[in-house]
Amino acid sequence: MERIAPSHIDWRSVVLVPLLAVFTALVIGALIIVLTEGPDDVVPAYVALFRGAFVGISAISETLTAATPLIIAGLSVALGFRAGLFNIGVEGQMTVGGMAAVFAGFALSGLPLVIHLPLAILAGFIGGAIWGGIPGWLRAQTGAHEVITTIMLNFIAYRLIDYLLKQPAIIREGRFDPISKDVLPSARLPQLLDWITPSLRLHGGFILALLLAWGIWWLLFRSTIGFEFRAVGSNPSAAAYAGMSVTATTVLVMAIAGGLGGLAGANQTLGVLYSVSPGFTSGIGFDAIALALLGRSHPGGVVLAGLLFGALRAGGQVMQVRSGVGIDLITVVQALIIVFIAAPALVRALYRVRAGEGAGQLTRGWSA
Amino acid sequence: MSGGQLSTTLCSERHVRRHPLRLELRGITKRFPGVVANDGVDLTIESGEILGLLGENGAGKTTLMNILYGLYSADEGQVLIDGEEVHFEGPGDAIAAGIGMVHQHFMLVPVFTVTENVVLGNEPTGALGRIDMQEARREVREISSRYGLEVDPDAVIEDLPVGIQQRVEIIKVLFREAEIIVFDEPTAVLTPQEVEEFFEIVRGLKEAGKGIVFITHKLGEMLEIADRICVLRRGKVVGEAIPGEVTPGELAEMMVGRPVELVVEKSPADPGDPVLEVSDLVVTDARNHRAVDGVSFTVRAGEIVGIAGVQGNGQTELVEAITGLVIPLAGHITLNGRDITRATPRERHRLGMSHVPEDRQNDGLVLDFDLTENLVLDSYYQEPYSRGIVMDWDAARDHAEELVRQYDVRAPSVDVLASHLSGGNQQKLIVAREFARDTALIVASQPTRGVDVGSIEYIHRRIVEERDEGSAVLIVSSELDEILALSDRILVMYRGRIVAETTPAETTPAELGLYMAGQVA
Repeated sequence: MERIAPSHIDWRSVVLVPLLAVFTALVIGALIIVLTEGPDDVVPAYVALFRGAFVGISAISETLTAATPLIIAGLSVALGFRAGLFNIGVEGQMTVGGMAAVFAGFALSGLPLVIHLPLAILAGFIGGAIWGGIPGWLRAQTGAHEVITTIMLNFIAYRLIDYLLKQPAIIREGRFDPISKDVLPSARLPQLLDWITPSLRLHGGFILALLLAWGIWWLLFRSTIGFEFRAVGSNPSAAAYAGMSVTATTVLVMAIAGGLGGLAGANQTLGVLYSVSPGFTSGIGFDAIALALLGRSHPGGVVLAGLLFGALRAGGQVMQVRSGVGIDLITVVQALIIVFIAAPALVRALYRVRAGEGAGQLTRGWSA
Repeated sequence: MSGGQLSTTLCSERHVRRHPLRLELRGITKRFPGVVANDGVDLTIESGEILGLLGENGAGKTTLMNILYGLYSADEGQVLIDGEEVHFEGPGDAIAAGIGMVHQHFMLVPVFTVTENVVLGNEPTGALGRIDMQEARREVREISSRYGLEVDPDAVIEDLPVGIQQRVEIIKVLFREAEIIVFDEPTAVLTPQEVEEFFEIVRGLKEAGKGIVFITHKLGEMLEIADRICVLRRGKVVGEAIPGEVTPGELAEMMVGRPVELVVEKSPADPGDPVLEVSDLVVTDARNHRAVDGVSFTVRAGEIVGIAGVQGNGQTELVEAITGLVIPLAGHITLNGRDITRATPRERHRLGMSHVPEDRQNDGLVLDFDLTENLVLDSYYQEPYSRGIVMDWDAARDHAEELVRQYDVRAPSVDVLASHLSGGNQQKLIVAREFARDTALIVASQPTRGVDVGSIEYIHRRIVEERDEGSAVLIVSSELDEILALSDRILVMYRGRIVAETTPAETTPAELGLYMAGQVA
């Protein structure tokens, strides 16, 4: 009989509470619209949001395109959580990985797509893996908490990109603003829907994201390595007593998580932007943290949460254009979702949902 | 601490004996999701008597006392004091009604003095609300001398031995004018001498008219100190007994529901070659003290060596060094001739070392994992549970079902979480995992702590079986009964050194107690 670990799914905690959290956040969002714009704007705004996210092939394309980097970045954070590590450095990992991918994308010429694209993607993974491996190594060797080191490395990554975007080898010809050379066509993620309409942006990165989600699921629940990750994340003391190496796990997890972050960055630079400029990560790395929590650190949940956040982003753009309600509302709604997910007792109390078993802790505290 | 209705009365009015109390629990029922912790329990406690509450883990003793103390409220039933029903909203109400509890894990502030701990929450105040420490000190001395609880009011808690800390807990309870005092597993951390002193104190409290409830799983002590014994099993009262009219075997049978072997059947040992050799081992603790200060001993195949000693004398650090969690400062450890002083835990596993850790929930199990995952925690990387990096969960699950059956782990299936098992079954799970391997050496730390009588019997029997099959066994335990029952050879550890070596036939609990306290017999 096939078995997936863990075998206990408390539907109330895993599905109902997150759904109610999202619903409550949207309700409060509506209240904010009432307070800032007026009650007449609520319905048009939310209708525009919904249509922009789900109605029509263009909306769906935008939603999935926005969801793709969120899913990959969310997997990065979720993997860390599963091993008891807080990866707050996805922004930096995306930045370094995206830059590495772009560099491979324009520095190597004369290669066919089937070789160039995977190389560029690999470069993105390696860049992110280094950026994640450093805090992992520091944590393993010195106990330096990865929350601090990953955040600091975010800042270093931003400045590193600023520096690189001033170098002649990197900067685009004829430009003085910080933007890199273009990625060669042989390294770009292929468009998926441009045969329907050329302007549809959905690209191969989406397939990559789904493959990665499956791969991380397999890693966590079907492999020996993933078993170690989960054991160390759940009880490092018992894991050590049983013979596992907590330090090796820490470094490996942060390297892989960093690599995933790098892939999220590569996804943006090879699939959407085809270049690097400051701020190209647009906060995806931080949204990923909320995503991972919403998805309960499970790859399946991360995909669903990523689709939701992608829908909010895509629909939010349309909402801003059509109804004048700023996209910052989406940021507020996302923040409220995080609050409700981090304090499920609030949602339970609000809707009188009983606590089931296995509700469990999503993450351990600071002193972990 | 107290949140109750106590007012700061004049000191002459304190400690005036109240009228004798009669406490009655009628039909107490308490349900938690999936389990009935107390089922229609009737119990009476009177001033001037010692009632013993006996039962396995999960029998409902602690739940019942938590209801009495106001921490829980019963779903059905009543609590009556002198015939009148009372409702406790919290411990404050219980304290105000004269009920005091001394918990198994002391609730003392280590950096405060005895006096500060005793009056915490109930400080005598003078003008402008300033705390009157002189008055507090005076009251502590008064209680101390009245009830024979010798203690220095200005001593700092963390400097005091555990036996004295317990006295501070008792003074605390008396300071709040308790008439009924509940002791939850009070002798768990005491040496035999301290246990005797503790019993003297309890008898003194009884003479002074207090009612005592004594919760323990130790049959011998129950028979020695209690006036009446009430036995709980699965939430119900299954019987009452008077010491002197009942044997330990009968009591154990009431607790478990079937006849229980209290004495381990053990043929004489036939020791073979040395398996574990420890020489001149020095291990430092987190504060850089020498927790293990030059320890040498040998454990041979087919023998059980028991290390006796009160907790905190270096046994934990010794076991950590032997199992590979810490590297010793000096000295050597060899396993079957190979130097493993610096080997990793996994290497030691591979060489045939098994370990039952003393803290099963923190160190032995991953509570969020199910039984299958816990049972392959140490072997998942080997065939047949995995090939390369691919786990074979079917094989692991079959293995788990086999082990659960063989080692009598009571669980609905191997897919339940380890956190859902009782303490005794969690311990059996760990024992299953560790003993099912090919073991050259078994290191078992406090193997039956917090475990019910039925599981204790089982685990002890298994340990002897492993010995008879040729494993070397090292047991570290602060339970003298366990050491005496299981060991072929006994070593006593005090302040990081081995201070005595003997056999069960050549020693007595009293003598061992002296060694454990650092006295030369």
